[in-house]
Amino acid sequence: MYRIETAGLAELFAAISETQDLFLPLRKADQTNYGLWSEGEPFDLDTLKTVKSAKDCFFPQSEVLYRCKSEDGKLSIDPQKLCDRAFVVFGMRACDVKAVEVLDNVFLSEPVDTFYAARREHGTIVSLACHEPEETCFCANFGIDAAAPGADVETWIIEDSLYWKPLTEKGEALTESLKAVLESTEKETPAEEAEKTVAEEQEAIRKIIEKLPLSHLDLSRFKPEHTMELFDSPLWEELYKPCLACGTCTFVCPTCQCYDIRDFDGGKNGVQRYRCWDSCMYSDFTMMAHGNMRTSQIQRFRQRFMHKLVYYPANYDGLYSCVGCGRCVSKCPASLNIVKVIKKLGGEV
Amino acid sequence: MCECSCGGKTKTDVLIPMIGVITDIRTETPDVKTFRVVGRDGRKLFEHMPGQCAMVSVPGVGEAMFSITSSPTNTEFQEFSIKRCGTLTDYLHEMNVGEEITVRGPYGNAFPVETALKGQNLLFIAGGIGLAPLRSVINYVLDKRDNYGTIDILYGSRSKDDLVQLKEIQEVWAKTPGVNVYLTIDREQEGWDGHVGFVPSYLKELEFATDKTVLVCGPPVMIKFSLQSLIEMGFEKTQVYTTLELRMKCGVGKCGRCNIGSKYVCKDGPVFRCDEIDELPPEY
Ligand code: SF4
Ligand code: SF4
Repeated sequence: MYRIETAGLAELFAAISETQDLFLPLRKADQTNYGLWSEGEPFDLDTLKTVKSAKDCFFPQSEVLYRCKSEDGKLSIDPQKLCDRAFVVFGMRACDVKAVEVLDNVFLSEPVDTFYAARREHGTIVSLACHEPEETCFCANFGIDAAAPGADVETWIIEDSLYWKPLTEKGEALTESLKAVLESTEKETPAEEAEKTVAEEQEAIRKIIEKLPLSHLDLSRFKPEHTMELFDSPLWEELYKPCLACGTCTFVCPTCQCYDIRDFDGGKNGVQRYRCWDSCMYSDFTMMAHGNMRTSQIQRFRQRFMHKLVYYPANYDGLYSCVGCGRCVSKCPASLNIVKVIKKLGGEV
Repeated sequence: MCECSCGGKTKTDVLIPMIGVITDIRTETPDVKTFRVVGRDGRKLFEHMPGQCAMVSVPGVGEAMFSITSSPTNTEFQEFSIKRCGTLTDYLHEMNVGEEITVRGPYGNAFPVETALKGQNLLFIAGGIGLAPLRSVINYVLDKRDNYGTIDILYGSRSKDDLVQLKEIQEVWAKTPGVNVYLTIDREQEGWDGHVGFVPSYLKELEFATDKTVLVCGPPVMIKFSLQSLIEMGFEKTQVYTTLELRMKCGVGKCGRCNIGSKYVCKDGPVFRCDEIDELPPEY
């Protein structure tokens, strides 16, 4: 474990971005979101939750799949080059880190999504512990420990020091490549002392989380064997009513993975076929030339939550497709969210 | 840039299509055409099994999933029977032989022709364009005739002009030993001396013995009422296979569109046994 001065972070980031792309939480227009950092730019490691999750770094909101041209009646297809540049995402919180596992299950299962796989292969994740979890956080329900966020390298910011602990081969490699800066900015601390400081901080974080209002939800009814009972529940009727079908909850969610495939017709330059995030909350999501299987918002609302809490776990060994980041809790304009659904259908209220 | 769509030396994604050349177009009905497609090298694009689908696209116009209507036993080409019902299909209907489209697939599961259906007496029930996926199975079964028992084909459409593949039905299927073909149209029509009436009621009139495995494809209402007739006739749901059709974008179980319950129709379907469908939330 390294302990460096937080004042030396800019130097550390500069060293990373010398050889690879670095994505950091950046504050722009009063919002913090992950973005490509360039030297000298201010970054924001204080904001607990970026507005959009770090999902963009691996599954961008929009990406070209291939270009297609038609010349003299002959088509030609030019696939988009896969990501081949190493990059680092720094500052991902435990929930967003876990969300990557949720996405991996979908995109890395056969047939592998090579666009996503290439980004996963080239990306190294440096996580950051949540020192001040908020009331909207409920990651603890999903076995996530915000005090030990995992990923390739784990970090903690305690007072004016950053503690840096590589966990995987990728993490070790990154650490090795940064050795010079890590050592030059290092605050010489005996290993046991650093471990002890981090352990105390972890205990403090876990104490806060234990007391958060949403840390003890009852998820016991959300099991595949209750699919039909939950699906048919009359409670959806009152739950969905305020939903505006705006799709915000799906776009800010780190685990939502639905996408659309569309064409951009660039005239002479050919057609770009691209994919972009889509939302099961939209009425045209399931629209076909001859009908729509979900014609009302109650059906679409139910689909989103049934997928997260019942269908996805049925396919992936009980793993929920919600990581309790609370983004939908704070961003829904109608004050709807998965917590309300869990409480109502889970029998708590 | 690569012409063959293999993307040169780079590994390509399943979402990247192949280029297909239209080598034949048959007008089946006023709104259905059958397109024959091969690769640029003149050969079949891929191998598939009966019931599987493929994504057909015209870049700049759209991409959609269609069932492959030709049999896998056909070694030369693939065929798609496509009904005009939207932007992409309208465009396809205006295309000519020699023009190029893109194709990717095959996707989804298939009718269990080599397992559950083997050695069985088969009853095919099709309505309208629903014959497209079943035609693949029927020709497969006819080409491997010894592996299956008796074959009954019940096919109905709005009018006699809406019966797809009529020539093949009358000249090949009806003339194959051990195969019975029953055609019906919804309403009386001049020049039609065959049966008149909806498929589900004709099905009951025919009083089939229940020693058959049934494959049914067509509009959702037709499937629903045919299934009711079958149950009344004493068939079990475990004897009946059908296909579900939902909106799809990726075709490989990732884009989320065709998700019902824990299933993705594009990858876990389109073929389902009717008792399996009962276990899904009713969203199809
Ligand atoms: S639940 Fe809220 S955020 Fe989601 S679509 Fe409805 S109104 Fe928008
Ligand atoms: S459903 Fe809400 S709380 Fe759960 S991961 Fe998505 S945005 Fe976060």
